[in-house]
Amino acid sequence: MTDTEDDAETGPGAGWFAGGSPAGSDARGDEGSLRARIADGEADGPRDWPGLAVDSGFVDSRDDYYDRLHEASVAATREAVRERERADDQQLVHAVRALDDCERTANELAERAAEWAGSLFDDVDPGVEGARAVAKREPDGELERRAVSLATRVVGLADERDALAETIERTAPAVAPNLAEMAGPELAARLIALAGGLESLAKKPSGTVQVLGAEDALFAHLSGRAPSPKHGIIYTHEYVRNTRPEDRGSAARALAGKLTLAARVDHYSGERRETLHEELRERMATIRARAEGEKGDDGSDGDADTDAGGDA
Amino acid sequence: MSDPELPAGVERREIDGETRLATRGPPVYGEPTADGWRAWDPGRSKLGGMFELGFETGLSGGETVLYLGAASGTTVSHVADFAGPTYAVEFAPRPARDLVEAAEPRDRLFPLLKDARTPTRYAHVVESDVDAIVQDVATRGQAEVAARNARFLADDGRLLLAIKARSEDVTAAPETVFESALDRLREAYEILETGRLDRFHEDHLGVVATPR
Repeated sequence: MTDTEDDAETGPGAGWFAGGSPAGSDARGDEGSLRARIADGEADGPRDWPGLAVDSGFVDSRDDYYDRLHEASVAATREAVRERERADDQQLVHAVRALDDCERTANELAERAAEWAGSLFDDVDPGVEGARAVAKREPDGELERRAVSLATRVVGLADERDALAETIERTAPAVAPNLAEMAGPELAARLIALAGGLESLAKKPSGTVQVLGAEDALFAHLSGRAPSPKHGIIYTHEYVRNTRPEDRGSAARALAGKLTLAARVDHYSGERRETLHEELRERMATIRARAEGEKGDDGSDGDADTDAGGDA
Repeated sequence: MSDPELPAGVERREIDGETRLATRGPPVYGEPTADGWRAWDPGRSKLGGMFELGFETGLSGGETVLYLGAASGTTVSHVADFAGPTYAVEFAPRPARDLVEAAEPRDRLFPLLKDARTPTRYAHVVESDVDAIVQDVATRGQAEVAARNARFLADDGRLLLAIKARSEDVTAAPETVFESALDRLREAYEILETGRLDRFHEDHLGVVATPR
């Protein structure tokens, strides 16, 4: 396995052409797998791929190598672009809802598994991490087998949740580049899911976007039972969460305004628009400077929440 | 009229009554052309700006190039016109679609839909010891991207980098941003030349460097 020659052929240090049919074989028919290698392959570091390709008989000369690389990279990138662009908002909505279901179910089942396993084994920790430890045990007898098996399902669900998060991480920027950059892929997906799609999110006024996910609080407010909510799901954004409480309403309003514009640009044009991001960064710097300013005015207080200052 | 600062294949040509930087190749983005030469607009290209401002890029033509942040292929298509094998890395699908179109008629331009921050995802395609890395990525951590990609560059190779101040920190003074980016860069590179590109690109610093 440590043989470098082997490595160059197929191992993790192999070039994109590993396994490709050699020069001179007319019926190549391996374009598909070579494209897939370009798209999904990896190597720890670069090597003299043209030279190695000639040595391995994949091509006769460096010129041939570059010809085949051109053909394969153009086809692979065209295919990858098409695939990424096909990832649409509804797929993203499915993915984020599935993520939530997996997470909730994993946590619920983890509790059950921990409770059961705790009656059979010593030192069982709660939660998904506890379930991971239980799943690794060697069961003895029917009851232990069932408890360990249940913990294994929890681990499977938790892993599926992580895989879904990775998928969202990759596809959200293709679906909504500006929104994903501004909100982060997961929050972008949640906003789209809450609105029911990118188009409906793009059509919402920013005041609605600001309280998406806080519908209970909003209706309590509308029926006169509560103050108006300052923020919904966008609370999870660093700009809101890490702003001191008295400025959070301003921060949420500024963020929601730009998120709404980002969703509109993504839906109607699809181009990345840098000015949008710059304007939000500037606005946030101004809002956070308020905390700095007041700290300067009555600095003698030295109270604990002054650390909510800007990150600039 | 060849210019000592310009690589072979890049010339100042008369196009539409103006003397303009130009390369020879199929047109890509509706740029003006004359006799098969296509105007290279330094206002749309950081590298074009660096040539126009007389940076010593160390390029003489025919080099193997890794281009990071190829976007729609505007600049990298000119690079492929005068350089040798050219690897073009771009992460966003929409511009990459245009990049593929620019690459199709250029048989030594290889488009890759990859994230320049994770070189292991394209190290199985991009060869070692390239002569030049051209970098124009507009994300935070531009110096970090350059440092991570140093592994591709030959010992005497050149990094041609445009640092955009506003991508790092919109509130800080550009000078401060450039200083801290250069500090990070010095961990992997020796800086040969720096200069503001403001005549063509506001708040951008052009950098020529070589691996340490």
